[in-house]
Amino acid sequence: MINKILDKISPRWFFLAAVLVLYLFLLFVNFSLTKEAIIGSVQLFKQIIPVFLLVFTFMFLSKIFFKPDKISRLVGEKAGLKGWLISIIGGVLSSGPIYMWYPLLADFKEKGMRDSFVAVFLYNRAVKIPLIPMMIFYFGLPFVLVLTFYMILFSIINGILVEKFIDFKFKN
Amino acid sequence: MTFLILKREFIDTFKGFKQVLPIIFGVVMLVSWSIVVIPKNFYTSIFSGNKFTDPLFGAIFGSVASGSPITSYIIGGELLSQGVSLVAVTAFILAWVSVGLIQLPAESILLGKRFAITRNIISFVSALIIALLTMITLMFL
Repeated sequence: MINKILDKISPRWFFLAAVLVLYLFLLFVNFSLTKEAIIGSVQLFKQIIPVFLLVFTFMFLSKIFFKPDKISRLVGEKAGLKGWLISIIGGVLSSGPIYMWYPLLADFKEKGMRDSFVAVFLYNRAVKIPLIPMMIFYFGLPFVLVLTFYMILFSIINGILVEKFIDFKFKN
Repeated sequence: MTFLILKREFIDTFKGFKQVLPIIFGVVMLVSWSIVVIPKNFYTSIFSGNKFTDPLFGAIFGSVASGSPITSYIIGGELLSQGVSLVAVTAFILAWVSVGLIQLPAESILLGKRFAITRNIISFVSALIIALLTMITLMFL
């Protein structure tokens, strides 16, 4: 009976329910921390509303302008250098929390975006241009330049490796 | 005609977005939960000064941590001033921004379990390698 109910629940609701259980657990252990976490969640929601709207707009526009054949040309199997550049620049320029971009990337992936390019985009989300002055303040300019160079370089290596490993697992 | 197409695409996008809302809500709540449960001073207590284990611990705890990258810079700066090695601090910051154990369930649901796990493992190893390479490069500059 329980298994049947669990089978009917989609993973996304299951995930949310699991998080709520964590909150319930915290509530029993420490009320003030739970309150702090709820307030933090509300504040985080407020912060991500602009990114929410941005991603929604991108998804809407991509439905109109980026049909699967176009996605495939830009970031698909035959995209070549253009695909790498689009993923790197897209990742660096995208703002907000990483998870806000999962729906758009999932949509693009469904339309033919390569796993490599999804991985490159996600890795380059770590390069935060608006935060570079702060990073320089804490670690100095040479450190930031060297680290940024390696992060972009390794984003490409990561992209290649992710696809190779996934293909390898599929073949085996 | 065009308006009808736009309306249909808008409704389609809205329906698609509605599907991912529980995941987004879940991640936001989980991030906030982990920020509250793991106090900032916890990170400063995990480094012992060991040249080999510090970078590894840095990468492990950076992977588990979540929140704004600014927080990782502040903690990283604090760690450096306390004498923690640059390799360990770099691994910590890199894992913080590139590996997401908290977001892993959401990434798995939306982008595929195989993809999410492979990407996070590779990003974790990369954090250690980049940290080492950054320090070596800086020695020659």
